[in-house]
Amino acid sequence: MIKRVVDFFGDEEHASQRRRLFYLVLVLIVIADFLVHREHAEYLWDRLPGWSAVYGFLSCVLLIFVSKFLGHRAGLMRREDYYD
Amino acid sequence: MTDFVHPALLFILGALPIPFLNGSIRKAYLLLIPALAILAVLTIQPGSYGATQFIGQEILIAKVDKLSIVFATVFTIMALIGTVYALHLPRPGQHVAAFVYVGSALGVVFAGDYLTLYLFWEGMAFASAYLVFAQGGRQAIAAGFRYLMVHITGGVVLLGGVILSGLSTGSLLFGPIAGEMGVGAYLILAGFMLNAAVPPLNAWLTDAYPEATVTGAVFMSAFTTKTAVYVLARAFPGTELLVWLGTAMALYGVVYAVLENDCRRLLAYHIVSQVGYMVAGIGIGTEMAVNGATSHAFAHILYKALLFMGAGAVIYVTGRRKLTELGGLYRTMPLTVALYMIGAFAISAFPFFSGFVTKSMVIAAAGQDHRAVMVLALTMASAGTFLHTGLKLPYYMFFGTDRGLEAREPPRNMLVAMGMAAVLCIAIGVFPQPLYALLPYPVDFEPYTGVHITESLGVLMFTALGFVIFLRALDPENTISIDTDWFYRKGARVFMWIAGKPLARYEKAVSDVSETAALPFLHGAARAGLWIDLTAVDAVVNGVARSIQRGGGALRRLQTGVVTHYVLAMIVGVIAATVVFTVASR
Repeated sequence: MIKRVVDFFGDEEHASQRRRLFYLVLVLIVIADFLVHREHAEYLWDRLPGWSAVYGFLSCVLLIFVSKFLGHRAGLMRREDYYD
Repeated sequence: MTDFVHPALLFILGALPIPFLNGSIRKAYLLLIPALAILAVLTIQPGSYGATQFIGQEILIAKVDKLSIVFATVFTIMALIGTVYALHLPRPGQHVAAFVYVGSALGVVFAGDYLTLYLFWEGMAFASAYLVFAQGGRQAIAAGFRYLMVHITGGVVLLGGVILSGLSTGSLLFGPIAGEMGVGAYLILAGFMLNAAVPPLNAWLTDAYPEATVTGAVFMSAFTTKTAVYVLARAFPGTELLVWLGTAMALYGVVYAVLENDCRRLLAYHIVSQVGYMVAGIGIGTEMAVNGATSHAFAHILYKALLFMGAGAVIYVTGRRKLTELGGLYRTMPLTVALYMIGAFAISAFPFFSGFVTKSMVIAAAGQDHRAVMVLALTMASAGTFLHTGLKLPYYMFFGTDRGLEAREPPRNMLVAMGMAAVLCIAIGVFPQPLYALLPYPVDFEPYTGVHITESLGVLMFTALGFVIFLRALDPENTISIDTDWFYRKGARVFMWIAGKPLARYEKAVSDVSETAALPFLHGAARAGLWIDLTAVDAVVNGVARSIQRGGGALRRLQTGVVTHYVLAMIVGVIAATVVFTVASR
């Protein structure tokens, strides 16, 4: 059973199924975020349905590109024999 | 004392017979000790044990309260899991080191005074360093020495702080730092922060952990930083500095994880990131925040160990550790993939996994304390956590480009250990109440609300969307990253140059001066001395010499030339000196 689940995420033949499932999950999460009951909204963004999706996506993009910028342009990444 | 068995003692004394046992007897014994320790912690009663006096100071070997019990519980559980994972090792060395390491960590957790704490603190550093040295090879041994040097320096700073604060307050009992923070308190804080890997004192962790043995790294990922979290929670709750350092730390680890190519170093950067949540929670210092930090430490030890065990299994089987050299292992290691992913979901705080019920408590505590920036920063770090441990690492390690590596599942004991950790990761996520009941303060927090679930899933799954879109930008690169260890790794070179060039030149100049100016004067003085010596002193000396000869004969009989006799004599001397000192200081 475990092997079949793992294979589903690995094998090329399930790629299109995987993609459809993934997009379905994304849509369902956003819809659920609109339907869910919000009691006490502490901050402005707590009142915005779909905020977490936007923030998660932006965080991901920001982290990737800021880190790679620091690595390549600010010189954090060095050749492996740097300390030798 | 009879109703209290110190779990640290179980491990440290229990380590002694390991080298003399073999085969399945040793395996059974190795499992018995952690099992007994779990039992000892489960039956432990809050209170103070082992109060005594030493050189005029109050000593309290064990102070048991709710905070120490939480940490001791997870430490002993982790010791059992780590031991199962290491059960296949043929040689006893690492088992002994791991037991002493765990025992020392438990010693710190129960220490009621700073001297006891310091003793176990150093024990932890030395025992864990062995787990790096045991890997062998130039790289590991160099990293082990750096690790040891950093921790000894940190230990000296801690001891300095302990002495200074002991002088100013008159007590060495370990507890919340009261009143104004003096130099002593700051030194203690620095010593604690070093072990918690708070930047810029973090580089020892990411330098050494990936160089440790496969099984040793699992132990290391659990104990050193979390004992530091414990002592910070005990002594420095509500320290504003920790809020900001902790938040920065959570993002710091995530940024470096993007750049990392070594699988266990990537995970090590996520220790830095996750400990950031705990440090920040302790900095906030409210009951909910300390509860959050404590419970997150509990969950973190289990899922982090699971992740290290997964990566360790890959290294054990393939002998490779770089993401650029791994890939396509899911066909041959499906169980490892599944178990690793449970750890990844737990660290990413997916609903029904352990991180969800603990990490969110820290973030909620920050929200309650009206710290909007911190809430946003920690949420961003959560996205980064899933991005790396949940997506990037498994993608490039298990899926991605198939490198055609010969692989199989790791030995059964490794899989069993991973299974134990995985069960706990899910159990805590589904039934958080037993963990909440262990926490130092009453818990008024419900993780499973509709908003919390949809918001968490939103952040996580849209992070996955970003990953899918920008996958190529995340391709691992064959590089290493400069961290704050640059200062002592390159700095050591400057030091050696100074020792080699200017110092050597200075020494030569001094010896030149002595040859040209000082020597003729010394010759003259020596001639005069010789004359006095021959005429006057000789007579006296001859008399003395005869008596010394007689004494020397007696002494010669005492000198056996056996080193152990000398050591024994020295120990007797030290004990005698201590006795004299304690009696005199009364």
